[in-house]
Amino acid sequence: MSAATNQAHAGEEGTRRDFIYIAAGAAAAVGAAATIWPFIDQMNPAADTLALSTTEVDLSAVVVGQQIKVMWQGKPVFVRHRTAAEIAAAQRDDYANLKDPQHDAERLLQENGQPGKAEWLILQASCTHLGCVPTFVTGSSYGGWFCPCHGSDYDTSGRIRRGPAPRNLDVAPYVFVTDTSIRIG
Amino acid sequence: MSGPSTYEPKTAFTRWLDKRLPIIRFGYDSFVAYPTPRNLNYWWTFGAILALCLVVQIVSGVVLAMHYVPHVDYAFASVQRIERDVPYGWLIQNMHAVGASMFFLAVYLHMFKGLYYGSYKAPREVLWILGCIIYLLMVATAFLGYSLPWGQMSFWAATVITNLIGALPLVGEGLKNWLMGGFSVDQPTLNRFFSLHYLLPFVIAGVVALHIWALHESGQNNPTGVDVKSKADTVPFTPHATIKDLFAVALFLILFSVFIFYMPDALGHADNFIPANPLQTPPEIVPEWYLLPFYAILRAFDFNIGPIDSKLAGVLAMFASIGILFLLPWLDTSRVRSMRYRPVARQFFLIFVVVCLVLGWCGGQNPANILARSGDFTASLRWVEGGQTTTQDFTAPSEQQFEATAASMRETMAGRGATMTMVSRAGATNATITAVIGGTEQTRNLSAYSVEALEEEIIAAKAEIGAGAPFFVIERNTPMTFTVTNLSQLATLYYFLFFLVILPILGLRETPGRVPDTIAKPVLAKEVA
Ligand code: HEM
Ligand code: FES
Repeated sequence: MSAATNQAHAGEEGTRRDFIYIAAGAAAAVGAAATIWPFIDQMNPAADTLALSTTEVDLSAVVVGQQIKVMWQGKPVFVRHRTAAEIAAAQRDDYANLKDPQHDAERLLQENGQPGKAEWLILQASCTHLGCVPTFVTGSSYGGWFCPCHGSDYDTSGRIRRGPAPRNLDVAPYVFVTDTSIRIG
Repeated sequence: MSGPSTYEPKTAFTRWLDKRLPIIRFGYDSFVAYPTPRNLNYWWTFGAILALCLVVQIVSGVVLAMHYVPHVDYAFASVQRIERDVPYGWLIQNMHAVGASMFFLAVYLHMFKGLYYGSYKAPREVLWILGCIIYLLMVATAFLGYSLPWGQMSFWAATVITNLIGALPLVGEGLKNWLMGGFSVDQPTLNRFFSLHYLLPFVIAGVVALHIWALHESGQNNPTGVDVKSKADTVPFTPHATIKDLFAVALFLILFSVFIFYMPDALGHADNFIPANPLQTPPEIVPEWYLLPFYAILRAFDFNIGPIDSKLAGVLAMFASIGILFLLPWLDTSRVRSMRYRPVARQFFLIFVVVCLVLGWCGGQNPANILARSGDFTASLRWVEGGQTTTQDFTAPSEQQFEATAASMRETMAGRGATMTMVSRAGATNATITAVIGGTEQTRNLSAYSVEALEEEIIAAKAEIGAGAPFFVIERNTPMTFTVTNLSQLATLYYFLFFLVILPILGLRETPGRVPDTIAKPVLAKEVA
């Protein structure tokens, strides 16, 4: 730095004032941001909503070939007890021409990474297109789920086979708590 | 524009007040002495109509809020109670629900007027942008309001729209949960939607004030688009514009009343009289009529654009279709304001209006509906009658070689005299091949008007032939089809071309029509002066 500029800065009383302005301005900006944040964050899911985010399901009441809908985080989840024929179809189609290729076994994985049981398929009941609830079998040419809204067709593993949905039905995160009960979430 | 104030307080009190708060002067200058072009037509009355609409929505809304309960268990019932039990509740509820439609009807006509007469051009750019902001706020308010009665359509429209926000990359999911206050549309969502639905109309009122301020600064445009040259080209707002506006308002109120009293639910969807049920989706989800064009644009994107998947592309296009209006003052390069003197642009404008209506129609249809096709959907079923069926399991050396192995298996079978073969895969490398040896090959051709009908025919044919055939080889042929989605795609293309290509280029190339001297020159002003 040259002597001249040094002198100019030191000599001007304005520099200190500028510093105070900037410091005060910065402090005010930080303060404003800190004040605004709670007002934004309050809209996020509240503690009690988060607390509701697991659901336990007793599987013993669901017979083979039956499906129940349970509510998890306010959204329906399919708990499906698959028949041997459905399991076979799902495994066979692992190598079919899939839009979102995934093996049936991957779709049964529990949240903790353990393999699931082929009879139990736990899916989020919301069409990956725009979120309608697909119905089971009626309308499906693959023996799985069919979405009435825009005609997405899912197979017995919940994989998208035809229609506008971009992805397979999402698997709900679940673990087996005992042999006959699971916890979702 | 308005020039110096001509207000003269007459009484002692008004003189006293004028020195302290010149509010009467303000009102006088803005709504009495304010000079309006003398050639305004009835398209210019929608401003007053819109102001009335806002007042109607706020007054009826505040009353509804006295009886409405924003809770998932009571919301639906509370609206029914308003309609049935609250004194005159039926009237006020109908006013509010029909009022929203009337508001949009008026705002669309108001916007088309602005487009036609070039009211967005200098010096009215800010005025136009404020109008676009009002429109955007109206869309948000109506969407929030529509979820409040908590019927099936309310619930599922809210679900579909919040899911769209989830399509945004990275932030989408978080933003969606932030908006819903949970992981699905539920109590927190309804509660905050009510709060915001109450708030936004007052924000709109604030922006309307800015809109009018900007208007009074730049002055009104007029059907010729030629600037007002002198005082002789204008008349005072009161009584001229006031009475004309009131007359238009009266006509508008007649239409409004026809809906309120004779067909209050004609503009709504019947499914919204079923209480919301998160476990069951209605057979079709459609927004209110005034949002259908945007819904059509959203659904026109059934293909991915490079890394952008179809859902996100639709969302972006939908927002862009409103966003582009903000840029219009700079996209239209023509220096002529009114389309009266733009013979070519006027044709494109008319097509644009039709395209908007077509988009609205498409938004209400099932997107897969076929409007035209080159022929029938056909299929040929081939099978072998008689002959001997053999099956054989085989295993390919690796997953990659599966296809090659299957092909060689087919050849082997053909070598053994197979008339027809079928491979069904059982795993990564293992499969079964079925072949019919001998017998006679049969063919049947089917045709139908749609994929579904064709599949039904195939199933029927299979059942009829039944055990006579060990398996079928089916070849399907799809004709060229033109669906509702294709029509939406064409219309969407025109919508964007109009703003991004036609208006910018046309403005530079078009030869404007001649403005008659009687308009271009202030003939009247000279005579008067
Ligand atoms: C820009 C102005 C407004 C628009 C466009 C608008 C639009 C709507 C719409 C479309 C509905 C659904 C009606 C139905 O389908 O039955 C609704 C409901 C409702 N609005 Fe508004 N609204 C506006 C202003 C207000 C204001 C200012 C308030 C309160 C202060 C309010 C309170 C309500 C309430 C309580 C409901 C639920 C009851 C019902 O559905 O009838 N609205 N609004
Ligand atoms: S929401 Fe399921 S197909 Fe559109």
